[in-house]
Amino acid sequence: MQNNDYPIPLPNDAKLEATKQFNVVAHDLPKVDGEGLVLGRPAYTDDLVPPNALYVKLVRSPHAFARILSIDPTDALALPGVACVLTWKDIPRIPITRAGQGNPEPSPHDRFILDEYVRYVGDEVAVVAAETEALAEKAAGLVKVEYQKLKPVLDFEHALDNPIVIHPEPGIHEMFPIGFEPKRNIAAAYHMEIGDVEQELAASPVKVETTVHTQAQQHVALEPHTAFSYIDLQGRLVIVTSTQNPWHTRRLLGLAFQMPLRQIRIVKPRIGGGFGGKQHIHVEPYVAMVTMKTGRPASLALTRREVFEATFTRHEMRVKVRLGANPDGKLRAIDMQVLSNTGAYGEHALTTFMVAGSKTLPLYNKVSAVRFGGHVVYTNKVSAGAFRGYGAIQGLTGLEAAMDELAHKLSIDPVELRRKNMLHEGETSEVFRIMGEGTEGVAMNIESCKLEECIARGKELIGWDFTQLVHEVAPGVLRAKGMAIAMQGSGIPLIDMGSARIELQDGGFFKLHVGATDLGTGSDTILAQIAAEELGVDMEDIVVHSSDTDHTPFDVGAYASSTTYVSGSAVLKAARSLKTKLIEAVAEKFGVAPKDIVYTQKTFMTADGTKSLSLNDFSYDTLYHDGEKMKTIEATESFSGSKSPPPYLAAFVEIEIDTETGKVNVVHYVAVVDVGTPINPNLAKVQIEGGLLQGIGLALYEDVRYSEAGHMLSHNMMTYPIPSREDVGRITVELVDSYEPSGPFGAKSAGEIGIDTPPAAIANAIRNATGVRLTEYPFTPERVLAALKAAKTQHT
Amino acid sequence: MNITLRINGKQESIECLPGEMLTEVLRRAGHFEVKKGCDTGNCGACTVLVDGKPVLSCSYLAVRAEGKEITTIQGLADEAKKFAAFLTAEGADQCGFCAPGFALTVLAMKEEFSSIPDEAQIRHYLAGNLCRCSGYEGQIRAIKKYLEAQHAE
Repeated sequence: MQNNDYPIPLPNDAKLEATKQFNVVAHDLPKVDGEGLVLGRPAYTDDLVPPNALYVKLVRSPHAFARILSIDPTDALALPGVACVLTWKDIPRIPITRAGQGNPEPSPHDRFILDEYVRYVGDEVAVVAAETEALAEKAAGLVKVEYQKLKPVLDFEHALDNPIVIHPEPGIHEMFPIGFEPKRNIAAAYHMEIGDVEQELAASPVKVETTVHTQAQQHVALEPHTAFSYIDLQGRLVIVTSTQNPWHTRRLLGLAFQMPLRQIRIVKPRIGGGFGGKQHIHVEPYVAMVTMKTGRPASLALTRREVFEATFTRHEMRVKVRLGANPDGKLRAIDMQVLSNTGAYGEHALTTFMVAGSKTLPLYNKVSAVRFGGHVVYTNKVSAGAFRGYGAIQGLTGLEAAMDELAHKLSIDPVELRRKNMLHEGETSEVFRIMGEGTEGVAMNIESCKLEECIARGKELIGWDFTQLVHEVAPGVLRAKGMAIAMQGSGIPLIDMGSARIELQDGGFFKLHVGATDLGTGSDTILAQIAAEELGVDMEDIVVHSSDTDHTPFDVGAYASSTTYVSGSAVLKAARSLKTKLIEAVAEKFGVAPKDIVYTQKTFMTADGTKSLSLNDFSYDTLYHDGEKMKTIEATESFSGSKSPPPYLAAFVEIEIDTETGKVNVVHYVAVVDVGTPINPNLAKVQIEGGLLQGIGLALYEDVRYSEAGHMLSHNMMTYPIPSREDVGRITVELVDSYEPSGPFGAKSAGEIGIDTPPAAIANAIRNATGVRLTEYPFTPERVLAALKAAKTQHT
Repeated sequence: MNITLRINGKQESIECLPGEMLTEVLRRAGHFEVKKGCDTGNCGACTVLVDGKPVLSCSYLAVRAEGKEITTIQGLADEAKKFAAFLTAEGADQCGFCAPGFALTVLAMKEEFSSIPDEAQIRHYLAGNLCRCSGYEGQIRAIKKYLEAQHAE
């Protein structure tokens, strides 16, 4: 039954209708690089290493916390074929962050490329380079390191004000106030309050409190982090690397090595997945050190174990949510308090933590009071960093659990509780203005929000009936449904910037250069689609080249769900600007005013039809035939969002839970999503499907486990399994009609939103099935069984 | 030491170290279509056919390949192109890193089944080819359409 208290707004007017007339955009075109990648053509960093490159291996810390007393490379250097062994004494002592973020970074500069302290098992100690990989590995084993072991802090609940200080060293600092207090093991802190939360909670007749603990998670992009470097003919350092942010990488390396940025070039070839995991410098500094020392090309491909132990994870968080409401379900107050574990260094510490609030709290924008706060603490575990969802998934897991608890308390349909309180088109939230990513936010009116449609369609697809959310399929085996809603963003407003350059070539095609970074998502393809649509040409007429600091214009990189919205808007602006220039040039040639030129079907005509010139012929004229009028016609434009329109998602899941074994299976996961205009619906849909599965992995299986001494136990794909093709039932993703006026052809983002809901929706389904609220992730059979048993004991 | 084997129909004698796995040897010989994903025989990115059967080359000692017929995706390029068209039409290729090993396993599955396998059989046959990008649904759609089209031919 549809509740008609909240009328579903009509689809967004003529603009939405116009998207149905597009020739290239909103079409399911194959990825431009797809066939080549399937055929295994050399494309990724490790496929392109120069044949004479030195192999680099890293000596890593076996201790969770230690001071290096001495490093003796004598035996390693004695091996024939070993080129060098480099330690912290070989580079300037410059505090940096490894986080690829805007300048100045909201992450503390608390890290040295190499340091005399090591702060987690796997922390880099020394760099070894040799003629072969086997030799480099052997030499790394021969480097003698003497450590003074220190007592580590491993439990993030005990890190704050622990007498053991993880970062006592001088020189480390924040770039602007982020609440950095290293003497208290605090990497960052933040607090905000709108209205008076305590007073509003006290006055609320109905209150709930829920605390969830979400674990660290590994990205497990199938391509390990890889880079190689060489010195070019002009004596410059070139680094080819699997990075999500070439420009940030260049800037951070320049700082670390005190090199002018003009001396560095970063090239990103194809990447085998990122998910945020390649938004940091993990390999680039070490190949660069070897190349600068030896003058030789040098390459480093991490082993899978190194990827697990020494690149970043998702931030583990404890999220406490308190809600106050009226008996009719009207929310009055939300309080979200978070403790986040950043591990050994503070990369993305503040921003992931703030996003836990800033990209969840606006969902329920009708409250009188809302508060968010807490700390991000250091521990002697591998650092946490950027990971798809970026705090929003953690915050949402707490918020959506609390919302369902409130629905249970009030005995109302959780769907209706959300509809009563959620954000609608044309509305805003104070949270947008107050909370940004590391800074103040940006006030924003919501011009596209089809959550109502998403919910209505999701209910249909899953067969939602509030009176019948659970049924028994076999003795002790229950099937149950649960739901959750989510929002994300589209880039970081006023901070993220992308650029595009488009140039007409002889033959009547266009060269599109973008700084944007395709991680496998298909951004090269969708950016070419945007250019082709605006320029009135076919997809084949756009040749795209991306992510090279020497040859493509600036872009902050692929993160924060930014590429379609930010880089896509830059492409659209460049295409518009180029079209104007083309028309002006042809008008001059024809001796008419630009307004008298009609451009259609790749042909310019005068309005009276007397003169016409094909784009192809014009391209030869302007480059070869027109004497002193000859010129290259190109346009370069940039875009920086003044807002970050959220995509929205309504999720409905049906699970099966075996109450005898504790095993939970996902039978069907339905996600209906508002991404605005999908530039390439198939690519958007598949990306969301992938996000859902990664979120299901977090909810049910994936866990980063450590020994008591701080050694990672889950350091390969046997001990840290990711979901396989057989691990889930059906996943259904549908996109609803939506048009975002501020986005390119109505588009918003799709990169992260998919991952946000599974932990909450699955927990809510288990709660509906069993009456037990699981709060400790992931929901392994052992944990589920223990929770069911504990609840039973409590009741008897 | 050297081993002699046929790679994609071409007899080759290539150097290998004792204990070295086939992935390393093939990549050193320029077969970059064989990807290194996990080092532990879990992800399937390194899949090659040995005498027609899919094996994980990262867990297959190179010396065992002596005298054997090795097929990478490049050796079945024409057939792989047909499958690639279906995979890319669904947008399910994503980052593409798992794709050569995955596509090769799909082609091996097609050879092994006399009729079109059902979805459960497809999921089971390909369970060892992991993908972190796609969520598998799009790949399943592509495989089904590809197999149906091939069957109709």
